[in-house]
Amino acid sequence: MKHLLSINDLSRDEAILILDTAAELARISDGPMKKLPTLRGRTIVNLFAEDSTRTRISFEAAAKRLSADVINFSAKGSSLSKGESLKDTAQTLQAMGADAVVIRHPASGAPFRLADNQWMSGAVINAGDGTHEHPSQALLDAYTMRKHLGKGAKDLAGLRVAIVGDILHSRVARSNVLLLTKLGAHVTLVAPPTLLPFGVDSWPVTVSYDLDLVIPQVDAIMMLRIQQERMHEIFFPSAREYSRYFGLNRDRVNALNPNAIIMHPGPMNRGLEITADAADSARSVIVEQVSNGVSVRMAILYLLLGGAPIEGGIN
Amino acid sequence: MKTVLPAPDMSRAIVRIAHEILERYDGADSITLLGIPTRGAHLATRIAAAINAIEGGQVAVGTLDTTMHRDDLRTRSPKALLPTLIPPAGVEGRHVVLVDDVLFSGRTIRAALDALGEIGRPTSVSLAVLVDRGHRELPIKADFVGKNIPTSRTEIIKVNLVEVDGTDEVTIAEGGSK
Repeated sequence: MKHLLSINDLSRDEAILILDTAAELARISDGPMKKLPTLRGRTIVNLFAEDSTRTRISFEAAAKRLSADVINFSAKGSSLSKGESLKDTAQTLQAMGADAVVIRHPASGAPFRLADNQWMSGAVINAGDGTHEHPSQALLDAYTMRKHLGKGAKDLAGLRVAIVGDILHSRVARSNVLLLTKLGAHVTLVAPPTLLPFGVDSWPVTVSYDLDLVIPQVDAIMMLRIQQERMHEIFFPSAREYSRYFGLNRDRVNALNPNAIIMHPGPMNRGLEITADAADSARSVIVEQVSNGVSVRMAILYLLLGGAPIEGGIN
Repeated sequence: MKTVLPAPDMSRAIVRIAHEILERYDGADSITLLGIPTRGAHLATRIAAAINAIEGGQVAVGTLDTTMHRDDLRTRSPKALLPTLIPPAGVEGRHVVLVDDVLFSGRTIRAALDALGEIGRPTSVSLAVLVDRGHRELPIKADFVGKNIPTSRTEIIKVNLVEVDGTDEVTIAEGGSK
């Protein structure tokens, strides 16, 4: 494996290797060994052409705990905002000797373009591209589910997961559907018809329009953010109506299975897709998802960069 | 392929190492055994059992994975991590005994010393191995040795343990290119 662009790049066994490695790294970091020398001398560039808090600092923390050198590069304050092309940026990074580029970009497919051309030789890690994929988020979600609900199993066989909300614009949902079904979970998407993507009937999932029917049947419920920045049309009549039908509130939390967990990739719109008491309830693992994210990203960086350099393209 | 250490000799060697460790540290109270996975960890468990049988307490035993500290990471594909389990007492102020199956180049032990240094500052560190086959590439030597087996570089020493391989024995075979 040279790049991580899509969950489709991973076999089931590779995905499980990432989760196992992350579990071991989490155990080491929880103990007294905070920093590992594994990536000493390697340079990792965080190229963020779109705003991000969690993913960027999570990748930065992961790289630093593995002793890599990190260069942060965001659209604001760089030549990207002067209209520099992706190609020129990539060649600049190559000239500076970047061993890996973690890229977040508003255009779907930008990481593929970076990896598929000969612009640079380093590994490319997709940290979210447009409305396409966000593989490291799906891996940390699967890790969190396995830790809480896996009962010691390697995969997620038989687990029932609901993903609720803005599926249409969500790269998190796309990557999660691919990964969770690969690991044996059963996924139900819950959204108003306007927020479901075209062709969703060909996905390996169940679709529902009624959150209250789905709630008592799941082991994990993942609420998605309403992505106002990508909404250029009117997808639902009002925020209040959306909250009433598709928001997670106290009554719905009480209707969940006793062991079910509440997840959200962040950032949350409190009061819209999730109420404050749902987000802060004892069932919520939203804050833990962030700390799991560091371990999972350490595993990704170690497995992509820790060994001998791989020549050639994907896999 | 021939057997150089059959099962009865192996268990005698483990008991002897247990006695030597106890003699060196005046009892088991200050000792922490750390096995290097996979087979070193099983050997550490066996030495601990032998120590407990002699002394009647519970000697501290754990595992220490060296993967992230190896100096040959860049020359092969990344390996899956193995468990690092440090006993609750930690390593600070303890006499740590590293345990591995075969001592060869010494590079694994160097990585283990680096990993250990990240965890804390033991009072002392010593090394117990089941087999010392020579050909050191670093200034490292074992304090407790089950058996010294002179080898050529190309020969292959294989330690089989019941826990992993279903049988207890050490074999030596003519290698091809190594």
